[in-house]
Amino acid sequence: MVTKEKKHITFAKDLPKNMFSGFVVSLIALPLGLGLALASGAPPISGIMAAIVGGVVMALLGGSHVTISGPGNGLVIVILATIMTLGGGDMYQGFLYTLAAIVCSGVLILLFGFLKMGRLADFFPASAIEGMLAAIGIGILSKQFHIMIGNNGATGSIMELLGKIPEAFVSVWQSMDSGIWIVATVGLISLAIMVFYSKLRNPYFQLIPAPMWVLLLSVGFSYVYIFLKLPFPLDASYLVQIPEDVLGNLARPDFAKLGETEFILAVFSITLITSIESLLSIKAVDKLDPANRRSNVNRDLKALGIANIISGFLGGLNVVVVIARSSVNVNNRATNRSANLFHALFLAVFILLFEGYIKKVPLAALAAILVYTGYKLATPKNLKKIAKIGTEQILIFATTLITTLFTNLITGISAGIVVTLLIHIVMNRSLHLFFGNLAKPNILMFKEADGGTFYISVKYFCSFMNFYKLKNKLDAISEDETVVVDFSMCDFVDHTVMQGLENYTDTFAKKGGSIEIVGLDKHGTKSGHPFAVRKVLPLNRIKPIEQYLTKRQRLLESTAKEFKWQYDPKRNTDTQFLSDFVFFQNREIKYTYNRLSGPEGKFNLFDLEFTEGAFIAKEVVKTTVLHYSLEDAIPVFSLDKDGLMRLLYNLAGFSDIDIADHPDFNKRYYLSGPDEKQIRDLMTDELILFFESNPYYHVESNGKSLLIQKKERLLSVQEIKALIFYGQQLCKLLRSPSFVGR
Amino acid sequence: MNNQKPFKTLLFGFAFSPTLDANIMEVTRIAYYMQAKLVLLHVGEKDAEKEAKIKALLNSTEHHDLSIDIQWKPGDPYEVILETTQAMDIDLLVLGALQHEGLFRFYVGSIARKLTRKVVCSVLLLIKPSLERIPCQHIVVNGLDAPDTPEAIGHAVYMAHILQARQLTVVEEIRQQEVERVEDDKSLKRAYIKKERLTLREDNRVKGVLNALPQDWMVNINLKTQSIFGRRGYSIGHYAEVVRADLLVMNAPLKTRLWDRLFPHDIEHILSDLPTDLLIIRPKHGN
Repeated sequence: MVTKEKKHITFAKDLPKNMFSGFVVSLIALPLGLGLALASGAPPISGIMAAIVGGVVMALLGGSHVTISGPGNGLVIVILATIMTLGGGDMYQGFLYTLAAIVCSGVLILLFGFLKMGRLADFFPASAIEGMLAAIGIGILSKQFHIMIGNNGATGSIMELLGKIPEAFVSVWQSMDSGIWIVATVGLISLAIMVFYSKLRNPYFQLIPAPMWVLLLSVGFSYVYIFLKLPFPLDASYLVQIPEDVLGNLARPDFAKLGETEFILAVFSITLITSIESLLSIKAVDKLDPANRRSNVNRDLKALGIANIISGFLGGLNVVVVIARSSVNVNNRATNRSANLFHALFLAVFILLFEGYIKKVPLAALAAILVYTGYKLATPKNLKKIAKIGTEQILIFATTLITTLFTNLITGISAGIVVTLLIHIVMNRSLHLFFGNLAKPNILMFKEADGGTFYISVKYFCSFMNFYKLKNKLDAISEDETVVVDFSMCDFVDHTVMQGLENYTDTFAKKGGSIEIVGLDKHGTKSGHPFAVRKVLPLNRIKPIEQYLTKRQRLLESTAKEFKWQYDPKRNTDTQFLSDFVFFQNREIKYTYNRLSGPEGKFNLFDLEFTEGAFIAKEVVKTTVLHYSLEDAIPVFSLDKDGLMRLLYNLAGFSDIDIADHPDFNKRYYLSGPDEKQIRDLMTDELILFFESNPYYHVESNGKSLLIQKKERLLSVQEIKALIFYGQQLCKLLRSPSFVGR
Repeated sequence: MNNQKPFKTLLFGFAFSPTLDANIMEVTRIAYYMQAKLVLLHVGEKDAEKEAKIKALLNSTEHHDLSIDIQWKPGDPYEVILETTQAMDIDLLVLGALQHEGLFRFYVGSIARKLTRKVVCSVLLLIKPSLERIPCQHIVVNGLDAPDTPEAIGHAVYMAHILQARQLTVVEEIRQQEVERVEDDKSLKRAYIKKERLTLREDNRVKGVLNALPQDWMVNINLKTQSIFGRRGYSIGHYAEVVRADLLVMNAPLKTRLWDRLFPHDIEHILSDLPTDLLIIRPKHGN
């Protein structure tokens, strides 16, 4: 246990680190805050206000550790649209109404926090969210591109603005105004700095973040004119405007439109984007946190709500947890929330002390920073990444993107959800699979008695609609445990779930635990991507399963390499060699697959599928077994723990055998076989000690070979390694001189 | 629970369906193991052809010296069966489940479902009657903290005893509400401690129930307890399916109101997707 006192000491020790990190982040937050506010059609100071309020409130009340809060990218489109519709032409009045909407959305988010709705972001399909982010990126880019090249007057919808970009270049080219030329040059140079910053690996240059370089250079540029005693060529409309007395001129929200539909819609849009962007960022930053802490998202939501209420009242934009600034924070080795507080304090100092310099920043420089940010959000690389997962994901992505661009964010994301659901229904040709089973609790979790592995079985289907149920179970497991997630009873798994599980797997791996997914090998997919949708193939369409390997199969492949064994995923219907094991006597083995074979083909480990019973009582079972061909004959016997198979063995003419002087062994295991004497001879003290001191495996001998299995289900790769080790030890023991010749 | 036979009279409502012979084989087998009187009830008119058919079937069963009473009563199946269970003081009503088309999944039909809710005796739902005996290996029973649970566990042990099942698992369902909501590392730690404590508490409670049962029933049975985390009354079905149990024994739901049917929970979910044969124990009041 870490005592409270010790915690204080570490806190104090880490303070300088966090202060430095907060300083670096504030260097980025300053230009971004100004720029995002401008891009939203709000006064530049409102962006800084949001960052200051967000930083202070989230640091004091939040539940995440190394996140940074402030104005976010996502809100640009929403706030701009809100200001325009509510203001009806009067931008400043529209801004005042928007502030009221921000206050109201703060109340809603606070409520979400109390209702523990930190799960909200889980209900959106991953590709739809990607589409939404791309739309936001394009939205930012379309408007800011014009400002970057000095074409301040451009107006229209996102698509119109995009279409006007070539025209704008022409008009700038033909312009007689030298001011516009200078603006365009500043903008393009700034953009070049943003683009090439990461390519210049000079440690001194990298000390200052790219957006700050843009600010410093463009402010420095104005001093060149002062130094040369020339009149400054840019008029005020091309420069950032900040009120003279920042504190005395705070905007106040105007609640006059409180009950109107437009206002309510705006509140919902702002709430939606604020909470989704924040929740996604918190999750992403948790993965970056070097201390591997879990964020309390509900507590963060509450703090976020309060921050938004305060920010709205003080004339600030809405506060969001932002991923880019947070990752800079982590990279600069922040350790706790104080970094967020310092970032806010440094911003306050900048705005109060360097007000004069900020007024010299050309809008085009800020626009260049935003063009780069927008491009990052909408980069074609994202589309390529999604296309690899599957063609259906492109459809989801494109629908969300296009609908958002032509309508608004809420319609866009709703369209994305509807399309995803339709695709799932068409893929499975079943409406019932989803709606008949949606309300059913489809997740079972228990801790297995031997070994303490957590076993989670998923039934019916698992997609974005019910992933939260699986997440609830996974969240309740400490990340240093071993988890097996079994999809063999599940007909359909979607991309959102596969991607989500991958995130969990990473987190568990980082903290010393593991998650393994089993039971997916038979699910078909059209794509080789690990996150692709997988569904059970109808019987008549069974394809060779080796077409695209699952993650488990690839792990098996590498396990084989480790052991210098061979791996073959192919189905093999030659199962004759197993048929004289009593275990398979009343069971029909259909085929073996995922075979790992050892040197000289003596050891063979494989998954196999067998059926039990017949006709309607038929059950299909998949299990993993280890088979070892012996050099010398040994007696036929079986070692069983539960005694479940005893009846079967008794039917096969086996009788129960007690070994003298080993009462504990006799109590724990059912040893049986047809020839008592031979078996008693075989069971030396050494061998019995081996059985007693190792975890239980079911062992059966048919005289010429051994069949070893852990339990009647597919094993995870870890369990397989343990099984192989056990088998090797056992066989070494049986091969040792004392056994040969018996 | 005393050392007596809990089921003295069985009722099976039969119809002339393709599975009739398998059903009759299974139900006579059960009556034989329980040493109980079997009442076969057909809702419909009696005619010579049908009677001959059922007689022939009964002659082909494995166990001949059973006390079997065949009844023919016209009317609404639900009403007739309900009345008969009361009039004849039936202990166990046996019903067949239906299979989803083309799937290895079973559900309880609407009449059987109504009966399951309304009758005053225990109900056994069979999903896959078979001509040949398939030995019952593994029985799963719920161990939840409810007044009828000792009764259900007692019956499960009794069934394991008469069917010579090797393994009996008492499943304790730990409800999400009882465990702390996990939000961060601290609450996770608290939830872990809480879970350990709950598991211990449940194990102790179940041990107490088991100790009160006739010990000679349990001689050859491998008893296990298992805590599972899932929805109460439903996840036990999922568990039974995962471990491929042959029989699931559960308490009867306490009350079913309209609300429960609109928003199915507990036993309703299991009835819509039957994992195994299901025995619902409803202790007779006044006994």
